[in-house]
Amino acid sequence: MSARLEAALHAGRLELVASPHLKGPQSTVRIMWTVVATLVPVVAMAAWSFGLSALLVIAAATLGAVGTERLFGQGGSLADGSAALTGLLLGLTLPAGVPLWMALLGGAFGIGFGKLLFGGLGQNVFNPALVGRAFLQAAFPIALTTWPIPGQGWSRWAGDTFALPLLSGGADAVTGATPLGLMKFEEVSTPFRELFLGTTGGSLGETSALLILLGGAYLAYRNYLNWRIPVSILAVVAGLSSAIHAVDPAGFPGAPFMLFSGGLMLGAVYMATDMVTSPVTNAGAWLYGAGIGALVVLIRLWGGLPEGVMYAILLMNALVPFIDRATQPRVFGTGRRAAT
Amino acid sequence: MITLLDGWLKGGFRHGVHPPDHKEATASHPIRRMPFPDEIVLPLRQHAGAPARLLVQPGQRVERGDKVGEAQGYVSVPIHASASGTVTGVDWWPHPDGSQAEAVRIAVDPHSAQIPRPRLVPRWDDLNPDQVRDAVKDAGVVGLGGAAFPTHVKLKPPEGMAVETLLVNGAECEPYLTSDHRVMLEHPERVHFGIRIMMQCLGTSRAVIGVERNKPDAVARLRATIPDDLDIEVIALRVKYPQGAEKMLIKAVTGREVPSGKLPIHVGTVVQNVGSIAAIAEIFETGYPLIERIVTVSGPGVVRPSNLLVPVGTKLRDVLAFCGGLTPDAREVLMGGPMMGAPQGDLDAPVLKGTSGIVVLTAAEAKPTRVHPCISCGHCLDACPVFLNPSLLGKEAQAGRYGDMVEHHLMDCMLCGSCSYVCPSNIPLSQMFALAKGAVRREQQRAKEAAAADGPGGGKAA
Repeated sequence: MSARLEAALHAGRLELVASPHLKGPQSTVRIMWTVVATLVPVVAMAAWSFGLSALLVIAAATLGAVGTERLFGQGGSLADGSAALTGLLLGLTLPAGVPLWMALLGGAFGIGFGKLLFGGLGQNVFNPALVGRAFLQAAFPIALTTWPIPGQGWSRWAGDTFALPLLSGGADAVTGATPLGLMKFEEVSTPFRELFLGTTGGSLGETSALLILLGGAYLAYRNYLNWRIPVSILAVVAGLSSAIHAVDPAGFPGAPFMLFSGGLMLGAVYMATDMVTSPVTNAGAWLYGAGIGALVVLIRLWGGLPEGVMYAILLMNALVPFIDRATQPRVFGTGRRAAT
Repeated sequence: MITLLDGWLKGGFRHGVHPPDHKEATASHPIRRMPFPDEIVLPLRQHAGAPARLLVQPGQRVERGDKVGEAQGYVSVPIHASASGTVTGVDWWPHPDGSQAEAVRIAVDPHSAQIPRPRLVPRWDDLNPDQVRDAVKDAGVVGLGGAAFPTHVKLKPPEGMAVETLLVNGAECEPYLTSDHRVMLEHPERVHFGIRIMMQCLGTSRAVIGVERNKPDAVARLRATIPDDLDIEVIALRVKYPQGAEKMLIKAVTGREVPSGKLPIHVGTVVQNVGSIAAIAEIFETGYPLIERIVTVSGPGVVRPSNLLVPVGTKLRDVLAFCGGLTPDAREVLMGGPMMGAPQGDLDAPVLKGTSGIVVLTAAEAKPTRVHPCISCGHCLDACPVFLNPSLLGKEAQAGRYGDMVEHHLMDCMLCGSCSYVCPSNIPLSQMFALAKGAVRREQQRAKEAAAADGPGGGKAA
């Protein structure tokens, strides 16, 4: 035995590591890739609704994001999966017919200007996927608001998928309005069943509330997202819109429509819960979610745009440092509960 | 039902973590006495407070139980020879904390029967509290839970402060460790006797023993042996790390929070580890000082996990050898449990009075080394038992902003390691906090010395 012990010592096999010497099961890499995995059904639903174009758009956005991280990010940072997740989420906020080069550019912009410029993972203030999306919306408003109609079959290109940069495409896809657009500009409402299952027009990931909720529930169960954020967003949207609907039932939609239309589900479950850009305290999570919910209702009902989830989240992202500062936990043995 | 509900409400604190406890490796192993090694090494610094003052010279013969070091001041205790033999030297020797310490080396006499000199067993009920405290100090008793704080100091509450409850800490929340568990199981009467002595010293009439629920046999044994004339309650606590931290135990049992920067006495409690209480009882049962202690040797890197009665000063090497040695994939040797234990680089370092366990981990438990950036997931906030914001403190530590850290209650951190345990990015948070706390303490010390030197009573002119 002694010989073996000596051997162990001389081979330098005994390690000196600071305590604690045990490590819990959570890992950043696993968190990121699990979130990606829960998005697979949502991507599949997008493909089923909008055909191959959907997959190509999502792939292009992801390629843009991952390629930019690879070129300009820190060595090995691709492995943590956060860039792939950003690209995937960006892709899901785009319409199916958007030219692929735009999706690629959006992914590159989101990672480059939304994340790497701040110093990479953990340093950014704004959700990088939404930065990419906001950039695209500002740069190409027409392409970003042209909504192909779902269910036209696999192989039919949903729009200007293969358009070259800076040229206007020539394809004449069948397009229509989103439920929110219909509500806002034509005062037509969409049946709840269609909204819930996702057989409506809209962005790729805006469609199936059901799949998004299932994914979110799993992530909350694994503690990979703070459930307080989606719960507070959805509760405030539901409460506010119900109250407004009660005052003027003809002029404003009720809670079910508000909850299940547009990007609210994807935003509440996958975008607002981005750990880096949401509050670190639980009290802060409630505040932040409530703020997003209120802004969504405000923009949707009285703003110039039919949808407001993106701007609501970006605005609240900017407030996160202040929210965190204002909601520091009460330290054990201080404040009112400390015995004196 | 009422008792169940009562137990649930009482037995917990907020936050904390749930590492796998791995107690099964040794929980059912009775305490065995380890044979005397060839050499004993007794560092003069093995308790909180001032190191002991050397009493022996090389070449001198010592009997088991003789003093080799005398207490220096009030917060200090003497150190006794744990085996009969000859002092071969007083050298700098590897200390389990990673430094070197002045230590008395004793070549153990192979022919000695190792029977301590017969000594007078003090009849404790004839003694007044001061005499009991002196006897405890003279026997070198310190907290055996790990911090090794001299016990006689705890036996004297500060002037004008009353002790409502004596809390006996049998939580043993560190994974792998079972030494307290075995004491409660094998020597419950001794625990109760120690409690009786402490209660009398402290002038308190109520004691509560807190034991985690993963030791139901210990709870039952303790309950079954409570003396009729003592008000002792045994509470089964929720299994959660760090349940055995003083403040967490007090919160779980009394519902009160010890104010930041204050001591348990401020909420009317004194906390003592169950093993230390048994050690107090032992002085008055046998007359022997604290010269041996129960050590759990466990972990997947040890061939034969055991609970051993080890002479203080036995080298880790000898203890591990007695347990069959290390497995080929052994990677880390720890003194203490895996959450707060100190890594050992030199197995010549000896078992101290405060050594509750030796845990050997293998490559399978070794932490992943790749550190990712903080993604502000907030898991550390949900884990911190004293409700700090480790995420923020970690960022401040990396920027060297120790002043901001102090403002954000760095000094309330007990280095329990819960934040590092849950961190998905493997950020060594508690290690950074330990460094920061050390730096802040040194800075405070310097400031104090500077103030003293500048003051009118400073004496020395610059």
